[in-house]
Amino acid sequence: MNQEEFKSPGRLERVLRAGHFAVTAELNPPDSADPEEVYKAAGILTDVCDAINATDGSGAHCHMSSVAICSLLTRLDYAVVMQISCRDRNRIAIQGDILGGAAMGVMNILCLTGDDVTAGDQPQAKRVFDFDSTQLLRTAKIMRDEGMFLSGRKLTVPPKVFLGAAANPFVPPYDWRPLRLAKKVEAGADFIQTQYCFDIPRLKSYMERVRDMGLHEKVFILVGVGPLRSDRAAEFMRSNVPGVHIPDAVIDRLAKTPKAQKQAEGKKICVEMIEQVREIEGVAGVHIMAYRQEEMVAEIVEEAGLLPRPFKVNKPPVDKLVFAPPAIEASFENYAANLEIPTPSVWQKRSK
Amino acid sequence: MGIGQWLQNHPRLLEKAFSSTLNMVEWLDPVISRIGYENVDRVLRKPEEWTKRAIFDCRMCGQCVLHSTGMTCPMTCPKNLRNGPCGGVRANGNCEVFADKPCIWVQAFERSTQMAQFGEEMMHINPPVNRQLEGESAWLNMLTGVDKEVPKAWVGLSNIAIIPDGTYPKQAN
Repeated sequence: MNQEEFKSPGRLERVLRAGHFAVTAELNPPDSADPEEVYKAAGILTDVCDAINATDGSGAHCHMSSVAICSLLTRLDYAVVMQISCRDRNRIAIQGDILGGAAMGVMNILCLTGDDVTAGDQPQAKRVFDFDSTQLLRTAKIMRDEGMFLSGRKLTVPPKVFLGAAANPFVPPYDWRPLRLAKKVEAGADFIQTQYCFDIPRLKSYMERVRDMGLHEKVFILVGVGPLRSDRAAEFMRSNVPGVHIPDAVIDRLAKTPKAQKQAEGKKICVEMIEQVREIEGVAGVHIMAYRQEEMVAEIVEEAGLLPRPFKVNKPPVDKLVFAPPAIEASFENYAANLEIPTPSVWQKRSK
Repeated sequence: MGIGQWLQNHPRLLEKAFSSTLNMVEWLDPVISRIGYENVDRVLRKPEEWTKRAIFDCRMCGQCVLHSTGMTCPMTCPKNLRNGPCGGVRANGNCEVFADKPCIWVQAFERSTQMAQFGEEMMHINPPVNRQLEGESAWLNMLTGVDKEVPKAWVGLSNIAIIPDGTYPKQAN
C-alpha cells in the first residue's frame, strides 16, 4: 500500500492494514504530577502492544489528562491512542485538542461519549456533552479529510489521525448495537475498541450482524479484554463500572478458585477470551484493559501467542530521560528571578 | 401511566400527529410570515412547550428530531445523545445515570421498529445541537429552516448510514 493512502503516519494503522492481529493496551493514568509514573507504566506496555490508550477521565474519575499523557509518550515516539470523551469539554476545546494532539505526534484518536459524572467521585460536576461520540467522530473526520474546523475555517495542516470509536455489544438494546456501529462507520470510524468481552456467544451474534452488513470490511474491530483479579473484583466491576457485563459463569469460576490462585485464574480466563475472540471472523485485534494490573499485560500477550509485535520500538531507559527542555527551564528561572519569587524546588531538582 | 407515556408507546399515532402538525404549520406559513416569525414565536413558545413537555418531556432544544429518534426526545437522555445509546446501558435496559428509569434510547429503538414511516430515520447521523436555538419554538424553526442549518463544514457529507434494504428491525403492528 502506498504511504499516501494511509490516513495516519502511525504504527497501529499499518499493523491493521497489513493484516496482523493487533494488540492495544490501556495505560492506567497516574494520580500524580510525576512524569516518571507515566513512563514506568508505558515502559512495560510498549513492547507488547501496537498502541497505548491514554484514557480521558475514565469512570469519571480525575487522573492525569489524556492530552498530557500523550504529550509525555509521544516525546519518546510511543504509539498512543488519545481518548477524547464528550463529558468534560465542548466543541471548541475538543477541536483544539485534536489539532494539538496531532501536532505532538498523536496518530490515533478514540472518540467516546464518556462515563457520566455520577460514575465518579465528583458527581457534583457539570456534564458538558456538547457533542455525542458520533458527532465527535464526524468532526474529527472533517478536520482530517476536509482540512477545516466545524465552522468551515481552514486548517493549514490537517491532523493526520486514525479515528477510533467505541462499541459495546454486551448491553441493551442488543439489536440496535450493530446498527449503531454502522452509524459510527458512516460518521468516520477507522477502528473500533469494544467494552470488556466476557460473553463470547453474545459477541458472536453481534459479529454475525456486523458481517451481514459488511461492516467488518470497512472498520477494524478490536475486542476489549482484561484480567479479573478475583470474583469480588469482578462483582464490583459488574455493579459499579458502567457498561461492563460479566456472566455469572465467569464469576462462579473465580469464586471456586482458591484465593492464592484467583489472579492467575483471571489471567487464564483473559487468555482464553483472546484465543476465542481471535477465531471470530471480522475481529482484527484485541484491546487489553488491565486495570491496576499492567504488569500482567505482557504475560497475557505472550501466553496468547501474540509476540513478537510487528514493530519494535527503541526506547531510552527511563533514568536517562530529560523531562524538561533546558531552554524552557532557563527562561523559566529568569522569569522567576525577575519576579523575585523562589524557583519551585521541583525545577531546581531537574536542572541538576 | 400518564397520557404522554401512553402516546409515546403508540409511536404510529405520534408519527401521524407529527405529519399533520408539519402539514398544518406549512399550511399556515403564509399567515405566519405576514404576522412575522418572531411575533408568532413569542406567542407559540409556551403552548408548544406545554404540549410537547406533557407528551415527550420536551426540553425545548428548538430543533426537533423526534421522527429520527423513535418519537422519543433525545434531550431527555442525561448525556443529550442524539445518535443512539451510550455504552453504559444497564443489563435490564435502564439508564446508566438513573438506575430506576428505562434508557430513553432503548425505548426509542423499540418504538422506531413500530413506526411505519420514519422508523429507519434512526440511521440518520444527527448533527451537533445548535445551542443558540434553545428555548425557541421548534415548529417555527422548522418553517424557517433554521433547525436544518448545520455547521458549515458538515454540509456535503453523507449523513445516513445505509444498511441493506429491509434489514431494519420491524415489528408487525
